[in-house]
Amino acid sequence: MKNKKNIYTLISIALVILFLLLANSFFDSYQIRILNLCAIYVVLGLSMNLINGFTGLFSLGHAGFMAVGAYTTAILTMPIAAKEANYFMTPLVSPLNNMVWPFLPALIMGGLLSAVAAFIIGAPALRLKGDYLAIATLGFGEIIRILITNAQSLTNGALGLKSIPNTTNIWWSFGIAAATTVIMILLINSSYGRAFKAIREDEIAAENMGINLFKHKMLAFVIGAFFAGIGGGLLGNLLGTVDPNMFKFTLTFNILFVIVLGGMGSITGTIISAFIVTISMEVLRFLDAPINLGFITIPGITGMRMVVYSLLLIIVIIYFRQGLMGTREFSWDSVIALIKKAPFKKGGAK
Amino acid sequence: MSLDILLQHLANGISQGSLYALIAIGYTMVYGILRLINFAHGEIFMMATYFAFFGIATFGMPWYVVFILAILLTGLLGMSAERVAYRPLRDAPKISILISAIGVSYLIQNLAIVLFSGRPKAFPQIEFFTRMFTVGNVRIQALTIVIPIVTAVLLAVLIYLINHTKNGIAMRAVAKDHETAKLMGIDVNKTIALTFGIGSMLAAVGGIMWGLKFPNILPTMGIMPGLKCFIAAVLGGIGSISGAVIGGFILGLGEILLVAFFQNLTGYRDAFAFVLLILILLFKPTGIMGEKISEKV
Repeated sequence: MKNKKNIYTLISIALVILFLLLANSFFDSYQIRILNLCAIYVVLGLSMNLINGFTGLFSLGHAGFMAVGAYTTAILTMPIAAKEANYFMTPLVSPLNNMVWPFLPALIMGGLLSAVAAFIIGAPALRLKGDYLAIATLGFGEIIRILITNAQSLTNGALGLKSIPNTTNIWWSFGIAAATTVIMILLINSSYGRAFKAIREDEIAAENMGINLFKHKMLAFVIGAFFAGIGGGLLGNLLGTVDPNMFKFTLTFNILFVIVLGGMGSITGTIISAFIVTISMEVLRFLDAPINLGFITIPGITGMRMVVYSLLLIIVIIYFRQGLMGTREFSWDSVIALIKKAPFKKGGAK
Repeated sequence: MSLDILLQHLANGISQGSLYALIAIGYTMVYGILRLINFAHGEIFMMATYFAFFGIATFGMPWYVVFILAILLTGLLGMSAERVAYRPLRDAPKISILISAIGVSYLIQNLAIVLFSGRPKAFPQIEFFTRMFTVGNVRIQALTIVIPIVTAVLLAVLIYLINHTKNGIAMRAVAKDHETAKLMGIDVNKTIALTFGIGSMLAAVGGIMWGLKFPNILPTMGIMPGLKCFIAAVLGGIGSISGAVIGGFILGLGEILLVAFFQNLTGYRDAFAFVLLILILLFKPTGIMGEKISEKV
């Protein structure tokens, strides 16, 4: 049985790779970009789910961590000529201005710096609980954004960075999404993961069991921020531009929607909903565009998409609080059980 | 810096602080009764400004009528947000209600962008408030004096309401314990709705005066004041009304004086509030006037 499941897993991975190969050669650039965004949202969703879903810390600072990662990766990978063109107001500080790193080390550096930021933020903020933590992390995210806006010689301030190399492609984004997923699964099933879940269920009970609350919370927070930074780096090098306004609370809100819809505390749920949310965000764009029904044309209303989107969040949280998966995970057993059960369903036998 | 300029800054700081205080009271009341950060409070404040704007600019009604209507409408909006998005989640985990609150905040904000367009609008200037006074060498706009007075009057009314009326007693009872309050024959849902109504109406007063003070209004204007006033509420000790007022004044005065004394820190003005928040949470998490709450196992 174990063998069979491994074969199923291998077949599905092969199918995904085949799909990506086909997509890479037959899809147009817009569709490829959406696929890339899906994979990036998987990384971001998983990183936020580790903090919010598995460890139960309500953190809203994700956009800030992403900004750190995106700026680090962008500055490190940008060719020297592009740097000179970008920093025409104040030149970039000395060692950085003629330094070009390959993509992967730059991404990891982005993740590490973001983890350092999380460590500095976490030291005071993780003493707080619940909604206080939410506000404090939200505030820190906002402070990071303000610092970026004002550090002209490092980040080019409010002008942002343009002509960042578009290194992110399907292989990078899906490769890193896959790596993140594997690391998350290993982490969640380790003793650390069990400690995280224990903290989520009941802090006081977890502490009585000998779990060092602060250490574990900090670990989840720092690892989450690391992957948020990597996700941010991927995003920056996918879009080709970054500016401080990209990293407003809206971004955190989008990721929050991904993990709420997928189920707080489910890895597979997050992956599924990252795809659903990203693709539906694009599909819902028709709400902003004029709609032609043949006999009548409804003029496009800008912003309608976000209205529908926030309504959906409220509906999900009121009526489907568990999201798609709750805290369950996808497994072949459940799929097989579902297939085997199906024929009996019609007959009504149990 | 001469004394006159300092006085000028102080006057500005006091009126800014009064505005923060008015909005912070709404946060503190809702938090006191539901243990919920009403993320939508900043958006409710923003809607009040738009209600007043349309009343004056589109319907051309006299400003005092418009202001009263806008305050009532905003109260209604706050109560309906509670009815639709918070009441169904009363027994849900706290994180769900918080997410729902974020959803409401986003919904109102985007609805405002759809309805009123994302472009800024100019809040009408009313002569009664824009007149200038000269006290010694300090020139002060009438509004700068009106704002603290209005805040003080409303505060007095609110404290009377909470301490001496039946509804006020009900509110304090619900804040202490929902179950016991219910057993004492208090309609918990009605009391919570009333709290939201009063909090939103105070935010509306703040919003209208904000519009008069900073006439550039847009649908995203509620975010920053919303966050800052929550910080003011935490600073003063969340759940305590006098604490919210003190917090609002500290924040308003601090911000204005920071920019006045250290001009090169102007870009960091918005960060000041957050730094203050972190400091207070580190050293006195219950705030200035807050009571120590021990966690029940």
